[in-house]
Amino acid sequence: MKGLSIENISMRFDLKNGSSVQALKDVSLDIKEGEIITVLGPSGCGKTTLLNIVAGFLAPTEGKVVLNDQIVLGPGAERGMVFQQGALFEWMNVQQNVAFGPRMKGMPKAEQNEKVKHLLEVVGLAEFEDKAVYELSGGMQQRVALARCLANEPDVILMDEPLGALDALTREKMQGLVLKLWKETGKTILLITHSVEEAVLLGERLLVLAPRPGRVYKEYNLPFAEMGVNMDLREVKKSEGYSETRDEILSIIWEMEEEIMGRTDESS
Amino acid sequence: MTILIIYILIFIAAFYIVKAVSSMSKSRDDFTSLKTVTFGDESAVTPNRAASIISVIAIFAIWGSFTGSKLTPIHVPGPFIGELSFTYTAVNSSGETDDAEVRISVYDVQTGEIPDKIDIEPGLGFALNDTAQIITYRSALVKVQKNDVGGKDKKYKVIAINGESILPSSELFIDNARVYMTAKGTLSLTPYKGWQMQPVWLPSPEAVWSRLTKIASEGYKNFSLFEHLGWSLLRVVVGFFAGALIGIPLGYAMGLSGWFRGWFDPIVEFMRPVPPLALIPLVIIWFGIGEQGKIILLFLASLWIMTISARAGVSGVNIAKIHAAYSLGASKWQIMRLVIVPNSLPEIFTGARVSMGVCWGTVVAAELVAAQKGAGMMIITASKFQMTDLVIMGIVLIGVIGYAIDILMRISENYLVPWKGK
Repeated sequence: MKGLSIENISMRFDLKNGSSVQALKDVSLDIKEGEIITVLGPSGCGKTTLLNIVAGFLAPTEGKVVLNDQIVLGPGAERGMVFQQGALFEWMNVQQNVAFGPRMKGMPKAEQNEKVKHLLEVVGLAEFEDKAVYELSGGMQQRVALARCLANEPDVILMDEPLGALDALTREKMQGLVLKLWKETGKTILLITHSVEEAVLLGERLLVLAPRPGRVYKEYNLPFAEMGVNMDLREVKKSEGYSETRDEILSIIWEMEEEIMGRTDESS
Repeated sequence: MTILIIYILIFIAAFYIVKAVSSMSKSRDDFTSLKTVTFGDESAVTPNRAASIISVIAIFAIWGSFTGSKLTPIHVPGPFIGELSFTYTAVNSSGETDDAEVRISVYDVQTGEIPDKIDIEPGLGFALNDTAQIITYRSALVKVQKNDVGGKDKKYKVIAINGESILPSSELFIDNARVYMTAKGTLSLTPYKGWQMQPVWLPSPEAVWSRLTKIASEGYKNFSLFEHLGWSLLRVVVGFFAGALIGIPLGYAMGLSGWFRGWFDPIVEFMRPVPPLALIPLVIIWFGIGEQGKIILLFLASLWIMTISARAGVSGVNIAKIHAAYSLGASKWQIMRLVIVPNSLPEIFTGARVSMGVCWGTVVAAELVAAQKGAGMMIITASKFQMTDLVIMGIVLIGVIGYAIDILMRISENYLVPWKGK
């Protein structure tokens, strides 16, 4: 069966003082090939832990992740990652960064170059092949990160707040780019974000996680990602149902955040 | 003390002069000049180049003027050179008094010109005229009684200089000299020394320069200047690279394996604060004073620094980079080669710069202790013969080379790890 399935995942961290933290409890999720799913939740709800488990950087205490009928046991090239920032290699130029995955696979140089050229055009950095990554702006760096991930042709792209460090305008542009790439490449995307707006705009399905223990609180099926492929995102935001959905999710998150605050107030 | 006060005065005066001149000449319109808050804003503090130039000039000017250099137009008063004279009054055993003249030529032994003896008539009376020669900065006994008639009598004594009475164990000043009468009644004369430094304390800049050209062409103690400096540098380079060759892999191992870190942590943490100079005695006992001992000392000086910087370089890698590389299908070896090693290079370069500095300091110290050639050996031998010009020349060369090493490291750093700090 093609696709990614997360089956009854639980994650406990044992702390040094003997207590333990239940970061995730019984999380299950089936993702079809080509879906784009956003995961949202207040801080400390285990979003990043979930992503790290899917990426194979962490082994869950219970449950398993299955990708295309294969149990995930560690990191692999079939699951590409896009990080918030700082994951590009400063000692390589843009071209070398993007070519990293193909190079690891032993792809011939000429083929690599062609691929990189094409991908840089796709992400709008055609002129920047020879630039050093530290010369680029934050938005451009994330474009490189996207291109680098795509160059490896993964089955699933995992994004860990990829646009979190960008300013509002750049962020909006990049959201459009993510949708465009999703449609053009047909990749499965699992995107984690702090921003309710981003989650609503980009997710065909949106998962709200609740904290302590981290669990799926609510799931939405949304039309906006599909709309956003061919439409300006600002227009999408004006479309019917958008603001209601956003407000509803916002108030859920707010409630959760307040509950967390209340709990810490009591304990302190 | 005087020099310090003069230096501070130059500092203050130059500040006001430069300020006055620059405010007259141009209106600055760069961004910094538009900042209203500059005190406490480190970015607004740029080195004043005029100050740097004046600073260097001031040092040479003070050096020159206090050593009587020909390069500086103004000098502080030098020692008295030339002829001085005084008359003394003596009383003999029969109670008679008589005057006689003493003429003394004071000469500079450095110039190599010893003046002719002054001819003087003996004069009349029992006290006869005398002459003497004194080298600058020295004092001399002037035994005026020696040629006097009855000068050996117990009751003979000198009672006055230039008409001023003088007693044993007291002093008085005549033009350009101090006259001291010893407890036994002999005159001791100290010509005026001036404010200038004696060459044995501080030679003039041109003396240092001429020593440099001389040593550069003739060599010193069987080795040319080039060989002395070259050997020091060679020791540093060999010791440093030996330290880096072992230290960097060791640091990587400590950064990547818990076993290595546990095993070597106590050793590295213990050895790191031990100054390499403290190891010199042990290294001499174990390996003797030859090249082997010195290189081992430098090896030990750089080893710990390089180990720690390599370890820090590995620990400092952003985990996102490692995760990204794994997700892109890199193997452990590829991650080592393409992520960990390049990522640690800036740290290693910082370590290398520190290490080079420490090694350069250590090699000079080691050569001070025992060596047949090397920059340190050159200055310690010279100091034993009071060749202060050579000592200063050596110190300047050591400083210049140390500075050059650091600049070289910085240039190669900019070239090899341009992403550092970005």
